[in-house]
Amino acid sequence: MNYFHAFWVGGLICALVQILLDRTKLMPGRVMVLLVCSGTLLSALGLYKPFADFAGAGASVPLLGFGHVLWEGMKEAIDKDGLLGLFTGGFTACAAGVSAALIFSYIASWIFRPRMRK
Amino acid sequence: MENPQQKKKQQEYARYVKQVTPMHCLPSNMAKAFLTGGIICVIGEGIISLAETWGASQKDAGTWCSVILILLSVILTGLNIYPKIGRFGGAGSLVPITGFANSVAASAIEFKAEGQVFGIGCKIFTIAGPVILYGIMSSWILGVIYYILRITEVIS
Repeated sequence: MNYFHAFWVGGLICALVQILLDRTKLMPGRVMVLLVCSGTLLSALGLYKPFADFAGAGASVPLLGFGHVLWEGMKEAIDKDGLLGLFTGGFTACAAGVSAALIFSYIASWIFRPRMRK
Repeated sequence: MENPQQKKKQQEYARYVKQVTPMHCLPSNMAKAFLTGGIICVIGEGIISLAETWGASQKDAGTWCSVILILLSVILTGLNIYPKIGRFGGAGSLVPITGFANSVAASAIEFKAEGQVFGIGCKIFTIAGPVILYGIMSSWILGVIYYILRITEVIS
């Protein structure tokens, strides 16, 4: 059942964003920024947590979930460290994702050669 | 001043642009995005279940899921397979965290010829930079509001 919910929720988010891509002239980079910011907002309003509990990876794998993780980390840090948490929470929360993307990509740049687009 | 000839040229050009712009069939693109995004999320769910059976907490399992999906995406980008998935899946390959990893890896690989610092070092952040900046900014602004509401005891 978990897999089923992950499939249709994740798929639905992607299908909705496809409308945005096809009907507006938004570039992929802008869409990603939009998704992450929407994710933090939805999460701060308390709307994303129940959704994530329901859909599992269907809610956490899309970039909206990245925003959700950012906000969760921020909230936790503020609860724990107060004002200082405002400056540690965000990067702590996204550390794993960002580090993985940077480290693996850097290693990949050594291994793989750039290819010409056909 | 526009003369009739110029106007005619413009109309012809507009018609030409319309002709060569690929026609998007929205329902079929949405179906492809749905399928691609859905499958990536199912793979993610699989990684979460696997991590949980190996004793990771729910939160750690989610983190492992991101890290492994990013690794897979970077490998597929290097092998030039992810761009093909992207052409088929559109938003389905862009919206999941694998799309983020793909754009980071693609710029790192593409610009390595320009050097370590100004090639890879700068260009690796072409997409990652905006995403990180606005992610951090939006969560910071919301954090400030949350902090103020907390010290004024509006929310506990």
